[in-house]
Amino acid sequence: MVTLTIDGKEVKVPQGTTILAAARTAGIRIPTLCYHGRLDPIGSCRMCVVEIEGIAHPMAACTTPVEEGIAVISNSDRIQRIREDSLKLILVNHPLDCPICDKGGECLLQDLVYEFGIDKVEYQAPKPARESLYATPLIRYWPDRCVMCLRCVTACREIKGIGAIEIKGEGYGSQVVVIDAEKCQSCGECLSVCPTGALTENLSRFKGRPWLVERVPTTCTYCGCGCQLELNVQNNRVIGVTTQEGKGVNLGSLCVKGRFGYEFIGSDERLTTPLIKKDGEFKEASWEEALTLVAERFGAIKEEFGPDAIGGLSSARCTNEENYLFQKFMRGVIGTNNVDHCARL
Amino acid sequence: MTNPIKDVLKAKAILAIGTNTTENHPIFANYVKEAVLKRGAKLIVADPRRIGLVDYAAIWLRHRPGTDVALINGLMHIILHKKALHKKEHIETCTVGFEEFAANLEKYTPEYVSKITGVSVEDLEAAAVIYAESSPASILYAMGITQHTSGTDNVKTLGNLAMLCGNIGVVGGGVNPLRGQNNVQGACDLGALPNVFTGYQKVADEEVRQKFAKAWGLEELSAVPGLQVTQMFPAAEEGTLKGMYIMGENPLVSDPDLHHIEKAVKKLDFMVVQDIFLTETAQLADVVLPGVSFAEKDGTFSNSERKVQRVRKAIEPVGEAREDGWIICQLATAMGYSMEYVDSRTVMDELRKLTPSYAGISYERLEKKAIAWPCPTEDHPGTPILHVGEYACGKGVFFPIEFRPPAENPDAEYPFILSTGRVLQHFHTGTMTRKGEGLSQLYPEPLAEVNPADAEKLGVEDGDFVNIASRRGNIKVKAWLTDRPAPGVVFVPFHFGETAVNQLTNAALCPDSGIPEYKVCAVKVEKAS
Ligand code: SF4
Ligand code: SF4
Repeated sequence: MVTLTIDGKEVKVPQGTTILAAARTAGIRIPTLCYHGRLDPIGSCRMCVVEIEGIAHPMAACTTPVEEGIAVISNSDRIQRIREDSLKLILVNHPLDCPICDKGGECLLQDLVYEFGIDKVEYQAPKPARESLYATPLIRYWPDRCVMCLRCVTACREIKGIGAIEIKGEGYGSQVVVIDAEKCQSCGECLSVCPTGALTENLSRFKGRPWLVERVPTTCTYCGCGCQLELNVQNNRVIGVTTQEGKGVNLGSLCVKGRFGYEFIGSDERLTTPLIKKDGEFKEASWEEALTLVAERFGAIKEEFGPDAIGGLSSARCTNEENYLFQKFMRGVIGTNNVDHCARL
Repeated sequence: MTNPIKDVLKAKAILAIGTNTTENHPIFANYVKEAVLKRGAKLIVADPRRIGLVDYAAIWLRHRPGTDVALINGLMHIILHKKALHKKEHIETCTVGFEEFAANLEKYTPEYVSKITGVSVEDLEAAAVIYAESSPASILYAMGITQHTSGTDNVKTLGNLAMLCGNIGVVGGGVNPLRGQNNVQGACDLGALPNVFTGYQKVADEEVRQKFAKAWGLEELSAVPGLQVTQMFPAAEEGTLKGMYIMGENPLVSDPDLHHIEKAVKKLDFMVVQDIFLTETAQLADVVLPGVSFAEKDGTFSNSERKVQRVRKAIEPVGEAREDGWIICQLATAMGYSMEYVDSRTVMDELRKLTPSYAGISYERLEKKAIAWPCPTEDHPGTPILHVGEYACGKGVFFPIEFRPPAENPDAEYPFILSTGRVLQHFHTGTMTRKGEGLSQLYPEPLAEVNPADAEKLGVEDGDFVNIASRRGNIKVKAWLTDRPAPGVVFVPFHFGETAVNQLTNAALCPDSGIPEYKVCAVKVEKAS
């Protein structure tokens, strides 16, 4: 264990811990922008600079490991100025188009600008025309909003092991570029770690401001990984899928199906009423009619040929509770063990 | 799975066999890649196709489809008979059946196995040494192992390999089947199987039957194990099965040898399909009942690692559609047996009382945290790793297993092997993933993966249409020239009802599991006019 002080408070942490992590264990907040819990520290934004007594230069807390006996000062006039300048430098490039940005209301940059009370930016950057082509059609890239934090590039490489995107160019001309679109899995990991509105979902026709959207935590309906996600709901419509960093077996990560495969829920092709076939054609029916008919027909088959003349296929798509009820129905009500599902297929 | 998903991060070596993990279990694949890229684990990929994981592998064994038993026996022969790298102490104290098993391996020499599988002797030796010398080592498999007539043998052989090297019941080890669908695990756990009630309690067991009969207020329950899905359709064709109730399944796209299935379904007196879309199967029904999606219901799913997790209702059902549980209960009531529950929690509370492995899993606890079964009491933490320090049913059993070739092999008339499976962007019969614009934009139509060497001989170019025919049917599909399949093998995804590749597949079943041989059937491929 290493002992140090942060703002005069003694902190004990294991060797190798960063100053940022040590501060967090001690409940001391150091602002960050590029830092992300699932990624190795990137150290690109300079928001987390701190002073260490006896060292002239301010250090980035996210990349600097603790050392025995050091005294860290998490905030000072000088530090405050450096952080403000870093933010202003970003804003030179970043338009304040928050009212039309999907991210408005849950944007890390917006929060920091607000926190630091930056109300004007003295300089204006020349704005070279930049490409907004992206690795997948499901995501839109807004180069002007990009703060070059490298989270997307790092996530694609570290979490997905892919590396489809990279940052290229110098100074104000730099931007995210696609180095291998073939490799991109359209997983949206880059989208989900982007702290600003530089990457937005290009799929939902229905948009909702974050504060108007209800987020319901649930489990993905596709493969057996069982990823935890949140359905974003507005006006009884699922308009998107988000995750909580670090939550579930997926730790906030998703694949293309989990993140973008929600459109079927609101599809116009959904069945909305019971149907009964008459003379080879389906006719809409009430529940009462449909249920009575099914009960009669199953009853008649059971009467004439015995319960084992009826078979039931339950569903791996349905819940545990529904599978329990289904087999209870087949075994208890119909009276047969002819019940299975698609595990074999 | 015996071990939790994230456990793979602690493995020193990983054998991924018959699992196209990056496409079918992408989040699991994240951890496999992280294990390799960040933690230095060695990955062995055994797959006839050049799947995404091959890019991360220390070694790739491209064995011929359907030769898994020979391959694994070959690896074990090297570990045991050639290099003596097996874990003797573990075998002596924790297992039975070793002698016979070891004797059976004798003939699986690298040379013999190389002839069957097409994998070189050097690669076999290298892979065997990596698996045996890295401890712990984890085995991952999926449908590429089970969808064979030798499926159960394949699984047992993998069990043998893990036991031979002491990888059962240890962190970072295990034999881990990846479940293909969100709640296959739960459907099995909760008794949607013909021979068992919930928690794998046998219908043949008198005491078990009495327990359920009593709880459900009935005199008695049937002791005769029922039909498996792959037996139901033949029974319908013979006329012994008259009625079917199908909830949330689409056998007219997903099942093998579709022409037969369709004929069988048409012979039924009465079929009810409960689904969220008018699927290919629903179109043939007499009555269609509108169920709801996962977004419109409360309940739980059990994932691949046996973790029970909450599903929460986010929106109200569309139109007159109703929760599937509600429909089942209404139907029961209409048939004279009252089934009433206020919500999914009360169903869970009832099934917990009847299911020892789920007994301790309450909604209150699930609010805080997912729980892996077995969880016998409310103060039990759940069981993330099975078989720690002991095997579930006493000692681990070695099975001597012989290689058996697939049911249908290529010949002069049908010279190619056809394998079916999924692609990243779609799911199962496509009923959900093909309804929106997003995923369909990425993968709009079925593509037959054809090796360029075969394509050249067939005079087929990328994007040309080909006719693929088996003894049972034929389809016309666009060709994608890629080195993903080996020469002599074509791969077609089964998500597309209008180009249903299951018209071609062979309904030959694994005799123990009843799983059809989707991964191997003989076909011919021709350029379409
Ligand atoms: S969508 Fe996924 S694969 Fe594509 S660039 Fe983003 S993180 Fe990488
Ligand atoms: S998000 Fe992808 S990996 Fe996760 S459960 Fe859903 S389908 Fe599986």
